[in-house]
Amino acid sequence: MAGWPVLNTFRLTLVIAAKDVRAELRSRTALLSALVFAALVLVIFNFARDPTLVAATTLAPSVLWVTFALAAMVAMNRAFTVERENSALDGLLLAPVPREALFLGKLLANLAFVGAVELATLPLFTLFFNVSLWPALPGILGVTLLATIGFVAVGTIFSAMAVRTRFAELMLPVLLLPFMVPPLIGAVQVTSRLLAERPLSEMWGWLRLLALYDVVFVTLCALAFTAVVDE
Amino acid sequence: MTGIAASSDIAGRTVRRGLRLSALGFVGLAAVYVLALRYTPIEARQGLAQKIFYLHVPAAWSALLAFSLVGLASVLYLWLKDIRLDRFAAASAEVGVAFSAIMLTTGPIWAKPIWGTWWTWDARLTLTLFLFFLFIGYLALRAAVQDPAERARFSAVVGILGMLLVPFIHLSVYLFRTLHPQPIVLKPSAPSLPPEMLRTLLVSTIVFTVLYVGFVTTRYGLALVADLREAEELPDGH
Repeated sequence: MAGWPVLNTFRLTLVIAAKDVRAELRSRTALLSALVFAALVLVIFNFARDPTLVAATTLAPSVLWVTFALAAMVAMNRAFTVERENSALDGLLLAPVPREALFLGKLLANLAFVGAVELATLPLFTLFFNVSLWPALPGILGVTLLATIGFVAVGTIFSAMAVRTRFAELMLPVLLLPFMVPPLIGAVQVTSRLLAERPLSEMWGWLRLLALYDVVFVTLCALAFTAVVDE
Repeated sequence: MTGIAASSDIAGRTVRRGLRLSALGFVGLAAVYVLALRYTPIEARQGLAQKIFYLHVPAAWSALLAFSLVGLASVLYLWLKDIRLDRFAAASAEVGVAFSAIMLTTGPIWAKPIWGTWWTWDARLTLTLFLFFLFIGYLALRAAVQDPAERARFSAVVGILGMLLVPFIHLSVYLFRTLHPQPIVLKPSAPSLPPEMLRTLLVSTIVFTVLYVGFVTTRYGLALVADLREAEELPDGH
């Protein structure tokens, strides 16, 4: 393996992600709480609109993405809080793991976690807002993945910082929300066009913006991660 | 101990220099008020409301200067690990937040009579609002981390990520706006200004730059004093 540092990094990334996913599946508390949270946000949104004035479909894309964003924030707080218990992060840092692999592993685990919450939210969203997702489903899944990668990358590095601060739970949203603006605007725009069955050419600009955001921030966060965890 | 004595001498001098520069800036600011009210002509369409332009635009300039330098200092800090860069970034961010507060309050005061609304989601307005939030977050993070080295590294990472976020916010807000037509924005543009207005704007921009340098220097000196206090209190002297 020594001759293939890239392969080795890739393998370690998967090992770390698998560790997090396994730990999460054993307890399931965080996953379930995040799901219930997402469902509650959807329910509350339903009361924030006057049904005689605003049609549910008009508001649907924004509701979906605000719910995703809030649920992701709750979910990502967990990534490094679990590592704080029993100083587990110190053990992880002592292991001969490149920091990029550590970051990417955490990112993958977070993506799995946030993705699971998003996937489970979609049927509830269809149910509560009476939106038919079927025709646009592949597109919606695609844009969800594209937008989620970007803000989860930034969220992963920020949650590593936030756990070491006072008011950790407050610090993550304050730092992360400005970074969620470009992916959220893009995702809402693409989602509303998908639901209205507009042609792909109308979404192209937004999709490129989302992809560019992902590339820039995943790379940058992977490189900057060492500055966060290493003395 | 002599090292600390020498540093505290430097700190004192830095603070005094900063205060002198700030005082000079305030005198200049008074001159800008006189120039704006007595020297420049009254704008034909906007009337007296246009006078706020001589404060709003230079404040925006200082705020953007402050935030760009935070980004630059953050990159350099992660590379050189020089604590002075971190101290400078902190000072610049704080001063930048103050200037953007001026920009974000003078803007709506002008916009209400001219645009008929306090706020619109115009690309430039939205961008500066998020910059403001971003740097409030930056300062909140600094206040919440206790270890100085950790604080410096964390805030440098946020500074760098923030610098890269700016073009993305601009792009997304711009795309958003161009796809949704909005009323045409009435905005005075610099090249077509009468010479009195242009001169006053230039003077004001210089004055606000002096104020920026004065504030940052003072803030830097004060941070140095605080760091020295901390070092004196630690028994083994880090």
